[in-house]
Amino acid sequence: MTNGTILPLRLHEVCFGVGSRAIIERISLEIEPGPSTIILGANGAGKSVLMRLMHGLLSPASGRVEWSGSERPGAPRKQAMVFQRPVMLRRSARANVEYALKIAGVPGAKRAPLVREALEGVGLSHLASRPARVLSGGEQQRLALARAWALHPEVLFLDEPTASLDPSATREVEAVIRAFDAAGTKIVMATHNLGQARRLGDEIVFLDRGRLVERTPVEQFFSQPQTAQAAAFIKGELPWTG
Amino acid sequence: MSEAFGTAVQLLAGLDPKLIEIVLLSLRVSITAVVLAALLGFPAGAAIAVGRFPGRRTLIVLLNAFMGLPPVVVGLVIYLLLSRAGPLGSFGILFTPSAMVIAQTVLILPIIAALSRQAIEDAWGEYQEQLRSLGASRLASALTLLWDTRFSLLTTVLAGFGRAAAEVGAVIIVGGNIDGVTRVMTTTIALETSKGDLPLALGLGIILIAIVVAVNAAAYLTKELVQRRYG
Amino acid sequence: MDRMRRLLLLALLAAALPAAAQEKFIVVASTTSTEQSGLFGYLLPIFQKKTGIQVRVVALGTGQALDLARRGDADVVFVHAKSAEEKFLEEGHGVKRFPVMYNDFVLIGPKSDPAKVAGGHDILAALKKIKSAQAPFVSRGDRSGTHIAELALWKAAGIDIEKDKGPWYKDTGQGMGPALNTAAAMNAYILSDRGTWISFKNRGDLVISVEGDKRLFNQYGVMLVNPAKHPSVKKDLGQTFVDWVVSPEGQNAIAGYKIGGEQLFFPNAGTPGA
Repeated sequence: MTNGTILPLRLHEVCFGVGSRAIIERISLEIEPGPSTIILGANGAGKSVLMRLMHGLLSPASGRVEWSGSERPGAPRKQAMVFQRPVMLRRSARANVEYALKIAGVPGAKRAPLVREALEGVGLSHLASRPARVLSGGEQQRLALARAWALHPEVLFLDEPTASLDPSATREVEAVIRAFDAAGTKIVMATHNLGQARRLGDEIVFLDRGRLVERTPVEQFFSQPQTAQAAAFIKGELPWTG
Repeated sequence: MSEAFGTAVQLLAGLDPKLIEIVLLSLRVSITAVVLAALLGFPAGAAIAVGRFPGRRTLIVLLNAFMGLPPVVVGLVIYLLLSRAGPLGSFGILFTPSAMVIAQTVLILPIIAALSRQAIEDAWGEYQEQLRSLGASRLASALTLLWDTRFSLLTTVLAGFGRAAAEVGAVIIVGGNIDGVTRVMTTTIALETSKGDLPLALGLGIILIAIVVAVNAAAYLTKELVQRRYG
Repeated sequence: MDRMRRLLLLALLAAALPAAAQEKFIVVASTTSTEQSGLFGYLLPIFQKKTGIQVRVVALGTGQALDLARRGDADVVFVHAKSAEEKFLEEGHGVKRFPVMYNDFVLIGPKSDPAKVAGGHDILAALKKIKSAQAPFVSRGDRSGTHIAELALWKAAGIDIEKDKGPWYKDTGQGMGPALNTAAAMNAYILSDRGTWISFKNRGDLVISVEGDKRLFNQYGVMLVNPAKHPSVKKDLGQTFVDWVVSPEGQNAIAGYKIGGEQLFFPNAGTPGA
């Protein structure tokens, strides 16, 4: 029963492209347990692709993506992902969370308490019976968080989770993320929002045009960026690429 | 034309037992065919939508093309199969409602499969990333999508039913239009037309259309009800 | 998965059930004109009441009806084209042919009578006039008994219709009813059996132009399909039907069928050479 931790996640010289266009160029990176990691960069820098490479939705063209330990086949996945736009099934909020548990192989009797706990954790217990698709954007995103978190993953990937939400919904979602972080889940979040990075992150991994350019603790990144690109980005002067 | 309406009303009001027998047989044959076609066609559509295999695109083109299978051709082929002189003759199904069910199932199976494939493939585009992220296998995804697209699939079923209830070419060949045994609405209309009793034929046609409309209305209302509850 | 399989089985059974609901029955291949005359609707209940055998009539053109029997899909044939029936027997598909009854053909035509044949009793003369006048004429063209009779009459009138037909001759490939519909729409001449004509409601401007010529005689024959060649034939039930139809009881029943007080079919099972 090798049920040990799956972290650190190691990326080694990972490349990914579409056609002749390189999107991720030779990124080597280690994601360790503990501090919440923000993947920061302008639109088109390759954040979403990097997230998907780490989560496993994409395979690198070259290089390796390696988790530590090993997942028992059939055991609940230890890493989950929340996307920018949540995709909910045509069923109740509660049923959507339960679906994730069912797919993960959690036996029927054990699901209900886990679902309840997850919905409470994101403050959606009162909407449990509502059809998921009629919930507001912020509520659906919190539901996606509940669904991702119901299995208590070690790592939670979030790809620009509040980019489509208004400020109050953004605040609600950020509160949930902070709570998960406090509960011990490793957070890896992509964003281009400087304020959010500062609010939620412990360390910044900065991407520029598919390359990993800088990696620093959050406060240092904002007060003393080490690269010209980072400095320019912070000043809001980073030019659009491609 | 007005005579036809008058005839239609008279027939309905009189609840002519022969008419009721014909209507019930029509419904039995076409509804059974739709159920069978759905049982076969939905999994096929889902598998093609979600799967990746060589020849997939050719299969999709053929499936779409066969939506337009001419009923007479289907009837003829099924007849040759079920004839005593044919490979399946020993079952003795020819000229019975079962043969009509088989012919109509074959006729509408491509419709059900092709339309469900399209609906599920569209949904797959939307859901794929999320389902894979949750760890769902292709099979689990296909089943999930079948349930999630259920309202589109209902429309697919209605399309199939409409096609089956309206066709005459297939059922008349494999059924033989036998009085009291395999005579359905469409074949009766064909018969009365050929006898020159046009008002009666038209009257029956109006009844047939009314029945199909009623079925569609019932399905729509059911869908609205369920949708309001589950979203 | 298991539930689906059970549902599938149920559905198949539900569809198959009525077929399995075993009444005794036979399949009789006959012609559309015979069925549309209403004879079967009158005759078969009498037979069923007496013997408990349900007769399922598949109505096609004579050629198709005989072909159906050649494939073994019918137990009995009941048609009206003696030469085609005899060929059927020669091929070994039938056991024996019994004459049953006759009705007659009539030449239907427009009231305006462009070929000037109305009221006559000589069908051959009428056909010759129709051809010279090039008056529109609708043919069934479907290898039915009526069609075969029509071709025989053209031949008897000395006309090679295949060679001499022009745009005035409409070969429709239809049953009697649809062909009459076409003739009514075109105001054309057409050869029809009297039975279908009497029940036909969409007459337009058509009336009977020529009748009574002995050459318009339309003889019906009944045959049991040969069980030696087609083992699936229900030979006992089928033979019961054949026997009944030529029996005095059956023959009386046939004579009893009337439309508008008029007898349509004249039983002649006893007539030699019919």
